[in-house]
Amino acid sequence: MTNFVASVFSSSNYWFIVLRSTAPILLVTLGAVITEAANIKNMALEGSMLWAALMGVVVSAWTGNAWLGLIAGIASSVAIALILGLFALKLDANPVLCGVALNLFSSGGTVFVLFSLTGDKGISSSLSSKTLPFLHLPYIENIPWLGSILSGQNIVVWISVLAVVIVHLLLNKATIGRRIRATGENVEAAKSAGIDPVRIKFLTLAISGVLAGIAGCFLSMGYTSNFTSGIAAGRGYVANAAQVVAGGTAFGAIFASLIFGLTDAMATYLQNVGMPPELIQALPYLVTILGFIVVTLIRDHREIQRKRRLFEGDTGSTFGRGPGRPHQTTGEAAS
Amino acid sequence: MDYLLQTKNLTKVYPNGTIANRGVDFGVRRGEILGLVGENGAGKSTLMKVLYGEESPTSGEIWLEGKSVTFSSSQDAIRAGIGMVHQHFMLVPKLTLAENLVLGKEPSKPRSGFFDLERAVSITEELAAHYNLNVFARARVVDVSVSMRQKLEILKALYRGAKILILDEPTSVLTPQETDELFLELKELQKHGQTIIFISHKLNEIFRLCDRVSVMRDGKMIATHDVADVDSQSVSNEMVGRDVQLSITKTKQKPGDMVLKVRDISFVDDFGIKMLDHVSFSLKQKEILGVVGVDGNGQSELVKVITGGLKTLSGQVIAHGKDITNKSQAIVRQAKVAHIAEDRMTEGTALAASIEENLVADRISLPKYSSKYGFLHKEIIEETAQDIIKSFDIRCSSPKQSVASLSGGNMQKVVVGREFTADADILIISQPTRGVDVGAIEFIHKRIIEMRDTGKAILLVSSDLQEVMSLSDSLIVMNSGKIVAYFPDASQTTDKELGLYMLGLKKQTAKEIEGVLS
Amino acid sequence: MKATTKRKESVFRKIGYFFSDKEKLEPTLVIIFTALFSILLGVGLIFLVSKDPVQSARNFVLGPFMRTYNIYYLIIAMVPLIFTGLALCIIYQLHYMSLIVDSSFYMGAVIATAIGVNVALPAGVHPLLAMILAGLVGGLIGILPAILRIKWRANELVSSLMLNYVFYFVGSYIILYFLRDRNQAILASLPFRSTFALPKLIPNTQLHAGVLIAILFIVLVSIFLYKTRWGYQIRVTGANPRFAAYAGIPVATVVILAHFISGFIGGVGGAVEMAGLYRAFIWQTNPSYAWDGVIVAMLAKRNPKYVPLSAFFLAYLRVGADFMSRRGDVAFEFVTLLQGFIILILASDKISNSLKIRRLRKAALASEQESKARTTMPSTEGNTL
Repeated sequence: MTNFVASVFSSSNYWFIVLRSTAPILLVTLGAVITEAANIKNMALEGSMLWAALMGVVVSAWTGNAWLGLIAGIASSVAIALILGLFALKLDANPVLCGVALNLFSSGGTVFVLFSLTGDKGISSSLSSKTLPFLHLPYIENIPWLGSILSGQNIVVWISVLAVVIVHLLLNKATIGRRIRATGENVEAAKSAGIDPVRIKFLTLAISGVLAGIAGCFLSMGYTSNFTSGIAAGRGYVANAAQVVAGGTAFGAIFASLIFGLTDAMATYLQNVGMPPELIQALPYLVTILGFIVVTLIRDHREIQRKRRLFEGDTGSTFGRGPGRPHQTTGEAAS
Repeated sequence: MDYLLQTKNLTKVYPNGTIANRGVDFGVRRGEILGLVGENGAGKSTLMKVLYGEESPTSGEIWLEGKSVTFSSSQDAIRAGIGMVHQHFMLVPKLTLAENLVLGKEPSKPRSGFFDLERAVSITEELAAHYNLNVFARARVVDVSVSMRQKLEILKALYRGAKILILDEPTSVLTPQETDELFLELKELQKHGQTIIFISHKLNEIFRLCDRVSVMRDGKMIATHDVADVDSQSVSNEMVGRDVQLSITKTKQKPGDMVLKVRDISFVDDFGIKMLDHVSFSLKQKEILGVVGVDGNGQSELVKVITGGLKTLSGQVIAHGKDITNKSQAIVRQAKVAHIAEDRMTEGTALAASIEENLVADRISLPKYSSKYGFLHKEIIEETAQDIIKSFDIRCSSPKQSVASLSGGNMQKVVVGREFTADADILIISQPTRGVDVGAIEFIHKRIIEMRDTGKAILLVSSDLQEVMSLSDSLIVMNSGKIVAYFPDASQTTDKELGLYMLGLKKQTAKEIEGVLS
Repeated sequence: MKATTKRKESVFRKIGYFFSDKEKLEPTLVIIFTALFSILLGVGLIFLVSKDPVQSARNFVLGPFMRTYNIYYLIIAMVPLIFTGLALCIIYQLHYMSLIVDSSFYMGAVIATAIGVNVALPAGVHPLLAMILAGLVGGLIGILPAILRIKWRANELVSSLMLNYVFYFVGSYIILYFLRDRNQAILASLPFRSTFALPKLIPNTQLHAGVLIAILFIVLVSIFLYKTRWGYQIRVTGANPRFAAYAGIPVATVVILAHFISGFIGGVGGAVEMAGLYRAFIWQTNPSYAWDGVIVAMLAKRNPKYVPLSAFFLAYLRVGADFMSRRGDVAFEFVTLLQGFIILILASDKISNSLKIRRLRKAALASEQESKARTTMPSTEGNTL
């Protein structure tokens, strides 16, 4: 067992695949983290990815240009996110249900459109779609072991790294980041400061749409070069789970998506040692749930410890009375 | 009379028909500290909400600096120079005080356009120094005391250019020392030219701080006086409308056996505050033990720990000799303890369910109501529901209608009806008549006395001092999570004396309090 | 004497309620309205993409009735929808969002396959055993998201969706490695033994006794939810879990029980499909009846007695779309598309129901905030504002 693990972890090819597998999950998870910061759940990430993957392929085939495909993919992905916003924020419908509905709509709709365009339900191979460029890094590729991990990755992998930085800056350095967090933590405080929570939430939805769009395009224009039905394979939902593990930070998202990516990349290796492919496929999802549980356990434990410490006489704050606690927006439990 | 801000004949009717303000003429002069007093429900908060733009008047006008104005939102009011410090702070917990201060009007770094934290901190510190309201600008809201959070709320208003500050019951969350500090700060602000409206129900504070006082009652503005010209008795009479009198008649009962022993219980809330600090008392049959105290001094937590909703960190709760410490609410009920929950909307009832379903929820597993194979005895359930509806005078069109459609008083009667017909001889009652109309109040009070007369042991927690004093046989006063006083005979004390204990100004010796254990 | 007069009264009263209480009329109307709307939408889509829209539309709308065997097919298609719909009615009464019935159903089918292929039993007993075991496995799977939520506060929707992927792969693995028919080109299990098949209701058709089992379950779940104390506890917990705990209802037990029963029904559904409709396990992908179940349960307003009607509507869509797609150029997947639309509409429709309660609550809250007692001042007056 340890031999196996050692041989896998020392293989540069393994890490190459890790980066490739993690990138799309990372992008979508970042999207989920941002919307969660504003306290709106985007459960339609799966659907966003599907449309992005399809539109990327379709438009790049039609125009002959991969970048136009990317733009179209992002646009369709954002559209889905905004429709979610429309129903959840303006029509006051349950955002989770709406997200799930949009995913359903997208899984059927993408195949439907594919069929109408190509007569094929399974795969878009009849379309000569373009792929996004792979980057061969001139000096780095000569570094032993590390070089073969970093060079030759699709540009989207680097975009995902950039996305982490951008999201981090957004949430922590930009003014809008504080407004987003205010909306998420205490919407009454945000409102009283003149911030429109609906606009903020729409903004975060749009951003998550962009991120999911890039991830979706990567799936059909980088990772593979076709759209296949169900290409997202639940990654949108994985992002919803990973977001909890990420704990609200951009760097947490890296950790959370790596859980999935590390397991996913092991597929061929596990197969070589004789593990059945179906069970291998189940593994990343299983690991995501486990990660989710472990993180929640740790957080609960820390909370209990904190209370214990405070009770044992280590009160950090002076005694306060009455309902003047900042987290309470109204006297009643939040409706 | 030269008013800075005033209302003329202001009326506000809420969509559910409640008339919160009737033809109110109110005015505050430039540079004064005006106190606004009234009982709960007198209309003070509504009046302020209208002035702050959070509610719009049904009729009447608002005048600012001699001109009629309309506020469509609180942003308008803020722009007009009106700032409000709410009872429930509008702060973002995980952000720092400086970030909270500038929220919505954030300073940005010249080249990058990013949020300029340093600038925010210096703005905060300058403002704090200028007005002598000292705060830790770099600390996060969760990490500072309540009184500092309140200072930040005031600074927030000042940062946005408030010339008129409205403070809604600010001292309800402060210790006496913090209250003194606040008053000094408010007087400073007055020197800086601020106009302050100070809402409170604590007359002693009004008389310490304010220049004038306006009294409201039942949605009407009763009178306004210069503080120097009146005394607290006459203001108190204006607030209440008549001299305070005990209106409940009850015969004296001899308490029976001790049935509930609460020993040494403790609880720390999510903010790290000790809400219960080694509390102990005993409850006897045929006795109503009242719990008196300012909201938030541990009474809620006491009730919840006893009935199983919260876990105590120490000590024991023993009912009829059975240890029910930290057991579930189901087991506590089985130990013959019934509980009228503090909040009927979120806990005491299931709004979406029918009256009938609400009435039998605690007893559905009893063989009377469902067979051992699980089948519900529909007719018995319906009969029981009808009986309770009748004997507790619950006004409804059918037992099958949902509880959500009932009025507050009737909803409360559903809760009371259920708990008082439960198989229990220990009743833990929390805020039995909060938000309930007069007729229902009298009814519920009568039933509580009846319950006592039939031998039940009753713990009565209520923020309504009059209610607790007149219903209870004996009293304990809670402050800061501890019992600070015990009165074996409730009729032997006055509300003024109790007030001293409630506010932490006085404390009994351990020996005197010990009496509550026997 | 007293009892009988009371009973007579209540029947009349009940009829009175039915007509005056709009809430009771609604589900039927909503279903019909939604049906009409989605058909219109579907036709619109057809006109958008098809080269022979009129023919395709006709096939879609009228297809289910154009041939007798289509009508049988319609009824057969209702069966799995009824099972998942019932399973989700129970979950939704609890106000949970677990979609684990998908796994329960699929694994139920897998377990049934294992029994259908390997175990020798007399006819009648054979499928019965399969259904019971499938139900048990389905039930055990069903409680997983509940446990995750109760113990670790994990969102049950996310965990059930993840688990659905896991169990789909596990189930396929079992078929591939233990039950596979190597002679077949596609993924298929070895054929079921002849004793496994459910009897046909009408000879020489596909219409199988599973329909009767489905109807039986509708009755059982109806009774369970509205006439037993567990059903009552489930509904009250769904209405307000805090209240349920406060009143002494064992919330955790109730939640797990509900999930088990829901999963059991899902598992049985999977087994019924195998024993009734198929001669071997031949699903190449996950049929995902759970999504249909969501719509069935939502349309039926979580009440089993409306499940047949909403299952009928959904089956109608499926059969019509299938019929049309075989004969034309519109893909069958447009059903999934329509389903998404339908849930969106229904989610918005839910507004009107909860809005009423929310409005009442807000108004009551507003007036109560006003009278929230502060202390030291006597308030002998009633707290009317």
